[in-house]
Amino acid sequence: MGINFRKETFRDDFTFRNSPENIRRFPFPYHEDAYMYSVNIEPHVPGPKNSVFEHLVDVDEHYVSEMQDRAMVLAEDPLRCQSLPHMTLAGWDLLELLMTEKAASYPEHFSLTREGDRWHWINRPLGIDDTFTFGDVSTLPYGPMEYITRQSQGDFAILDQRDNNLWMDAGMITTQADWSLDFDIGMNFFEWHAPVPLAHEMGVFTRALKYLTNIQQGKPARRLNWTMTINPRLDTSPENFHKWGGDRLTVTPENVGQKVHLRVELQSFWRLPRSNALVFPIRCYLLKMDELVTVPKWARRFHRVLRDLPVELAEYKGLTRYRQTTVEWLSKHDDGAPTSPGFSPD
Amino acid sequence: MSAGTNKLNVTVTEVVAVNELVKRFHFERTDGGNLPTFSGGAHVVVEMRDGDTTRLNPYSLMSSPLATRDYTISVRRDDVGRGGSLFMHNRVKRGMEMVISYPVNLFSLDLRAKKHLMVAGGIGITPFLAQTAQLASSGGNFELHYTCRSESLGSYTEVLRERYGNRVNLYYDEHNERIPLDRLLATQPLGTHIYVCGPAGMIKWVRDTAAAHGWPDDSVHYEHFAAPQPGTPFDVRLAVSGLEIHVGEQQSLLEAIEAAGVDPPYLCRGGVCGQCETNVISYDGTFKHNDHWLSDEEHCSGKKIMPCVSRFEGRSLVLER
Ligand code: HEM
Ligand code: FES
Repeated sequence: MGINFRKETFRDDFTFRNSPENIRRFPFPYHEDAYMYSVNIEPHVPGPKNSVFEHLVDVDEHYVSEMQDRAMVLAEDPLRCQSLPHMTLAGWDLLELLMTEKAASYPEHFSLTREGDRWHWINRPLGIDDTFTFGDVSTLPYGPMEYITRQSQGDFAILDQRDNNLWMDAGMITTQADWSLDFDIGMNFFEWHAPVPLAHEMGVFTRALKYLTNIQQGKPARRLNWTMTINPRLDTSPENFHKWGGDRLTVTPENVGQKVHLRVELQSFWRLPRSNALVFPIRCYLLKMDELVTVPKWARRFHRVLRDLPVELAEYKGLTRYRQTTVEWLSKHDDGAPTSPGFSPD
Repeated sequence: MSAGTNKLNVTVTEVVAVNELVKRFHFERTDGGNLPTFSGGAHVVVEMRDGDTTRLNPYSLMSSPLATRDYTISVRRDDVGRGGSLFMHNRVKRGMEMVISYPVNLFSLDLRAKKHLMVAGGIGITPFLAQTAQLASSGGNFELHYTCRSESLGSYTEVLRERYGNRVNLYYDEHNERIPLDRLLATQPLGTHIYVCGPAGMIKWVRDTAAAHGWPDDSVHYEHFAAPQPGTPFDVRLAVSGLEIHVGEQQSLLEAIEAAGVDPPYLCRGGVCGQCETNVISYDGTFKHNDHWLSDEEHCSGKKIMPCVSRFEGRSLVLER
């Protein structure tokens, strides 16, 4: 059975919403009633059926609409997609990874046939049927990274590995939580993480980098990160701050359920075979407060997490203006009952 | 790409004697199909099962990264080493099934380089065979300087000459020829990177000379293996569960604890996340700490161990687990 792709928007009239089945598979990121940064990295292995971990590259009901939103962002601002000259090979690696994973996991939607370096790619949801020569940029309408990431949900940063560090030398970044590829391009792991509070002092980044530089082919890893977004807007970039910054002042007790979203990023880390680069897909999932409280455990837990979140984190994530209103709204859905350990609904 | 498994079941499809000391081995996937793609400079770890012991030796892939129907490696016989190369030379035959790791690259090309200057000594030529094939296919600019003991012991000199003509420079000890390193280093275009693979003494010579010529560290690359060496087996008492366990040479302490039916916390299994941190109740021996989680003081304190990567050698170890 195929996925039922929704037709919806992430701007203007904001018609995005989750189907009841999609709510159940939301990657709720708190395993206990409190949250603090940690080196939360684990092997990226396939998970339970009907979870976002079922396949290593997840495609869901928002796929087609998210790709339309990406195309609109790129039309206005081509610098959201950049690749330094030495990263083309890594782009081909990424194209191979995403095509083979998608075709293997979703044969009803995607197919790939290879005869030597002649590749035939069919993407049915987006109506694409292309034949090209692997390794020959002139046979594709875009560079390999741009071509495949215009057909893949989530942002992608490709990191070159040199001098025991990672360098952000390519990326497709249109659904980001307030950071900019154009600003970070060419930076290393410590430089682009400089704005993050507390985690440096906790040693999170030195340890994480050691782990990442040791990631081996065939053994990807993952972690979850989260923030919040007002209105289901994918493109919360610094470049467009003037379009969305003001939304944060529009939250009232009456509209929390519809306007306030938990935004979870499923981040994964993969070694690329030809280039030896690392690719970092950042897959964004949005959940409305009205949708979140349909799962009683999540309602109780998110209320407690948001209420007790250290102020440095709340400020960095930009929650300060609407945190109190949202906590009060959530408190009506928290009867104080204990919650079970772990991520999943009870 | 199958996540979580980094072993490949392969069949030896050809064994070729290259010269008196070197043999070449070809591997194909036992279940058919292509092997994983890799980049020039990558190695695989070959598992050699020899009775009760298993040896794990890393060998550079020398076949072209563009053709992954098979992998090839070359092994130089070492009569005084730990026995891995002797096993390969004497015991590995065509048709044999073996287990190798996924490719790992600790010697990758810096693709920003305007030019790649390669220096090889003896069997250290193998990663360059793959790297030159990769660069040649994408129009990369390289120059290889390869020194061998004698013409009869030079491996792949002819193939390289044939493929790349005067981009390949050969030097033979028996003719008293030596790589003119000072001149080479002084005359490279800006943006050149140098790569060296060979005996430890040669690596040091190239690194020191490059440093003396003012080459930045990040443009000098050398092959170094972080091979997963089997550890010495040891015994542990798990005080909380009341179990005595044995940690085999091929097992991590974490794996041995799990094999005993205890379910300890873990996340990364790579010594960085901190989840598996375990208190030591008592010990008589030496810790082999391999993690990046505990501080130096904690490593010296004898009070903690990270069982996913660290080991122990000695008479007794009791853990709070
Ligand atoms: C190579 C892969 C990675 C890339 C490309 C990446 C990129 C980023 C970027 C661009 C930011 C936003 C910084 C800003 O405010 O401008 C960020 C934030 C952050 N990163 Fe990473 N990161 C990576 C891996 C990791 C890992 C492995 C960890 C920890 C285990 C980590 C922990 C964090 C944390 C805690 C934040 C703050 C997020 C928040 O509170 O919302 N990152 N990262
Ligand atoms: S499991 Fe992460 S440090 Fe051991």
